[in-house]
Amino acid sequence: MKELLKVQNLRKTFKISAKQQKIEKTKERIKVAVDDLSFTAYEGEVFGLLGPNGAGKTTTLRMMSALVKPDKGDVLVDGASVVKNPEEVRKKIGFLTSELKLEEFFTPNYLFTFFSELHGVDKAKAAARKQSLFEKFGITKFAEVKVGDLSTGMKQKVSLVISIVHDPDIIIFDEPTNGLDVLTAKVVTDFLLELKEQGKTIVVSTHIFSLIEKICDRVGIVIEGKMAVCDTLASLTAEKSLEEKFFDIFAERAGGLNEK
Amino acid sequence: MKNSIMTIMKKEFTRFFTDRRMVLTTVLMPGLMIYLLYSFMGSGLASQFETAEDFRAEVCAVNLPESMKEIAKSGAPLEFKEVAENETEQLLEDLETQEAVYDLLAVFPEDFDAQVAAYDVAAAGQAPAVKIYYNSTDTDSQTAYTMMTEALDAYESALANKFDVNPGEEVYDMATEEDMSAQIFSMMVPMLMMVFLFSGCMAVAPESIAGEKERGTIATLLVTPMKRSHLAIGKIVSLSVIAILSGFSSFLGTMLSLPKMMGTNEGVNASVYNMSDYILTLLVVLSTVLVIITLVSIISAFARNVKEATGWVTPVMIISMLLGVTSMVPSLCMTEPVWFLIPLYNSVQSMNGIFSMDADVVNIAVTVAANVCYAGIGVFVLAKMFDNEKVMFSK
Repeated sequence: MKELLKVQNLRKTFKISAKQQKIEKTKERIKVAVDDLSFTAYEGEVFGLLGPNGAGKTTTLRMMSALVKPDKGDVLVDGASVVKNPEEVRKKIGFLTSELKLEEFFTPNYLFTFFSELHGVDKAKAAARKQSLFEKFGITKFAEVKVGDLSTGMKQKVSLVISIVHDPDIIIFDEPTNGLDVLTAKVVTDFLLELKEQGKTIVVSTHIFSLIEKICDRVGIVIEGKMAVCDTLASLTAEKSLEEKFFDIFAERAGGLNEK
Repeated sequence: MKNSIMTIMKKEFTRFFTDRRMVLTTVLMPGLMIYLLYSFMGSGLASQFETAEDFRAEVCAVNLPESMKEIAKSGAPLEFKEVAENETEQLLEDLETQEAVYDLLAVFPEDFDAQVAAYDVAAAGQAPAVKIYYNSTDTDSQTAYTMMTEALDAYESALANKFDVNPGEEVYDMATEEDMSAQIFSMMVPMLMMVFLFSGCMAVAPESIAGEKERGTIATLLVTPMKRSHLAIGKIVSLSVIAILSGFSSFLGTMLSLPKMMGTNEGVNASVYNMSDYILTLLVVLSTVLVIITLVSIISAFARNVKEATGWVTPVMIISMLLGVTSMVPSLCMTEPVWFLIPLYNSVQSMNGIFSMDADVVNIAVTVAANVCYAGIGVFVLAKMFDNEKVMFSK
């Protein structure tokens, strides 16, 4: 299988402000968010990054989508390097995270056209794709309603649709069902499965075990910025449930729940 | 109820006084800036008066009486040059066109001293009259006029009002409508334009840059394949257009209302300027807006939110107002092209030149070229900032 996304020895550190040092009761000036992290996602597979809050999942995804630069290491997205050619990487991926917001003043209709133009999508193709995605997610009747007036679930659906206006082959979703009601979460999960069937390569970060079990082929467990385990879902869950396996690994690597 | 009021007040005060930036920009900065602004204006005006103290008025006089020669000799800052009556027409023309090498033309009646001595105040007949012609739009002429009338007033008082100065309806101020308009517009418009243009830029740029950061929408743009420089140029050009519309509206309002504001709507109007003056003004305004928008955008990109951006931009706005005041202080109006490389100051002085009908095309060209260069550098800096995660994702 083709290696469509290759993460190589990524490292990312952040300076800790004096204020943050006080809050975290530490004298460390630097926080290592991601430490020598590597994995590969093959064409057509769904790769899940599983880990607790603050494990470095989001930072990893932000480096993969060329939003922030790694201190060390690289990510090759279909051959394009996030370090050397970030614009090419951004063309190839669709990235969705809760940190990316849409201008509330505009309508879904306007925003879809706007982002299609930024991605250089042909007008006719964009119109057809808009119709198809809007119908699938039930956005059509809200197409001319300002984003600010939409419900949280509808906003998330619009964000998801906007992130894939250019029909990318590689999709990176950070906590795609976080904060959604069960109905919207199901719509998103079903859509991820549909994308998988279409042969898209998907990397999804989450701390929801059921989502991983439902859609992922392979799983990477990230603890304290490091890749603790990276294996197929089948191997990981051969003897124990994913949840049990995770807590075993977590206890071994991070010293257990009580110490966290 | 009192407790709730106190609780709310305490919360508001804690919010305000524990935010050092807010205290600085809201409480300390305005006082400091106003102190600097007024001190600056004061020293500028004082320097004008200092020049006036050394000044000696050069007065062409027809039928110069002995009494005036005595006044000049006794220490009055007046230097008389006797001229013939048939020269007055040419002298008045020179005064009107500001080409005169003298400051005033004083016309005394023949045998002024004898007429004054013979004049009986109680008889209430026609008193001997002195006519003093000047040009109020020429600083030296205006100063000389004040000195001359002061000297004559003192002499007249000593003689128990035995003569008149500038009697009747005759026009003695040789300033033309054009001169008066140019003087008023060149003093007021540059400063007002700087305020209006800056206000226009402040209204849009912090919201568009810091606002997008604050709301998280800039990150959504940054994950698209668009070049950072395209984002910077797109923002700056569109914001400039909006700011120019705002500035243009202010400009129109200023030009139309200024004569009324000055209380001289008869004689002062914007029609004294021709199309080339307006085209030059437009060029200066366009390039100025580019500079201001770029500056405000860069500051806004550093800020974490709109409030912080507005706070940081305010001192810069006050500095631009300070520079705007230089059009009112002749000693601060430089004419060498090198001064026109200084951003904002160059815009004020270029507008001052245009509105005083003394525009130097080289200086305006330097201004426009320099401003476009500064805006270009600003776009480059902004593009780099858009690519800098520490700036873009600072919390």
